[in-house]
Amino acid sequence: MREAILKVFRGTPVEAGKFITYKVPVEEGMVVLDAIHYIQGYLDPELSVRWNCKAAKCGSCSAEVNGDPSLMCKTRMDQFAEGEEITIEPIKTFPLIKDLVTDVSFNYEVNKQIPPFCPADDATWIFKQEDIDRVQEFRKCIECFLCQDVCHVLRDHERKDAFWGPRFFVRSAGVEMHPLDCGNRIPLLEEQGGLGFCNITKCCTEVCPEEIHITDNAIIALKERVVDEYHDPLAALLRRVFKGK
Amino acid sequence: MNQTTTSPVPAKLGATSRSNAWLIEPAVIFCGFALFVCYVTWRALYDWQYIEWGPYLSPFFSPKLIFPGWQWSPAILLLWEPAAFRATCYYFRKAYYRALFLDPPACAVGHLGGHKYTGENRFPLILQNVHRYFLYLALTVLALLWVDAFVACSYRGHIRIGVGTVVLTVNCLLLSFYTCGCHALRHLVGGRLKCFSCSTAAHGQFKIWQCVTRLNERHALWAWTSLGTVAFADFYVRMLAAGVWTDISLLQL
Repeated sequence: MREAILKVFRGTPVEAGKFITYKVPVEEGMVVLDAIHYIQGYLDPELSVRWNCKAAKCGSCSAEVNGDPSLMCKTRMDQFAEGEEITIEPIKTFPLIKDLVTDVSFNYEVNKQIPPFCPADDATWIFKQEDIDRVQEFRKCIECFLCQDVCHVLRDHERKDAFWGPRFFVRSAGVEMHPLDCGNRIPLLEEQGGLGFCNITKCCTEVCPEEIHITDNAIIALKERVVDEYHDPLAALLRRVFKGK
Repeated sequence: MNQTTTSPVPAKLGATSRSNAWLIEPAVIFCGFALFVCYVTWRALYDWQYIEWGPYLSPFFSPKLIFPGWQWSPAILLLWEPAAFRATCYYFRKAYYRALFLDPPACAVGHLGGHKYTGENRFPLILQNVHRYFLYLALTVLALLWVDAFVACSYRGHIRIGVGTVVLTVNCLLLSFYTCGCHALRHLVGGRLKCFSCSTAAHGQFKIWQCVTRLNERHALWAWTSLGTVAFADFYVRMLAAGVWTDISLLQL
């Protein structure tokens, strides 16, 4: 049986991290998460990993496989060449808890800042599919936080103090574009969410396992709404003229 | 089990655990930009005497501006607009933030650090937000280029389709795909609405938004192909004007 060589990051916040190399037998249809489970079961029961569904729907097993932010349950072992070392590291943007497990609580704190969906009291709860298509794309998000991990504003510039990250622009766009929503989150996105820090490098879109067009459909759409309100004198003039009528 | 002590990758330029060829994309884009900028600079500033041949006008020099006393290249008066439109374009922003600013050079690859990152919040990058105004101008320029392509269908009072007509028309077509797939246009024609079916006007805007969205899905493709065709259209006209090439007539009535 073919054997894969896995270099797995091991460490905690208090001890220096290290890579430990394991040899794992590869079976047909195996994914990286299976290999990690094999290590836990047969080689090293103390290896820590967060996982849940193993079906690319819970978003728990995010890691960096050969440096690519990916879901371990969606990364097939047969894509690696025989003898190739497969490096598995925790997602880099969030504080390490142990081995492949990180503390992603930053995301839940950001989530609390987004005003929820607010329909009008007399809203008619019937709308057409064409009105909800955009929102449904954003609702596919499984909160794996790979987009947060790869976003260089959080990852390299470490601006968690001023920037919500792509996941929360997607969530904001999902409520902001809902046909029944009456809220306006644009000032909040500009002033508190740090939308202006995004420089459209599109890495969030590249890593999204749900293939959500994060940049084109959510972030740029929100940026254009910010332009409407903050940077477009012509739009401001038209708003004033038509509000007056 | 083997053990090697290594900590996770630090954030310095190029630092990454990625084992694939991540450098190819920014390198190719860098070369593409460099090639185009060198060619445009040479044509606009040093080789601007060849701007037209017969019914063909180079897109770099359209519309044809001739002022008494103006002794410099007319391209100086014209090229700032498409340059500004492309420089503020959401696709090209991605391309040059990666390939030129190295911020970051590729996904999950260490960036060019050592600066206080302010994104697009401060001058000069806050000016990216005026993209829609350059779009309005780009649509005007595009209309003028279509007029040039139409004019290129006749020569000395006769209808004549030459290779140059095809070159100018294909260029206009690709520029139209690029300009009409613009993210700002997508927002303006309907993307800004919350509800597409709430009125007849909104539904009409939805239909236009759908068309712009179709083009927008391939925005990068149109961006590069139109950049290539606009340079080639100029080069073709230049070679005709310099007498190096001869235009082949495909149809003459």
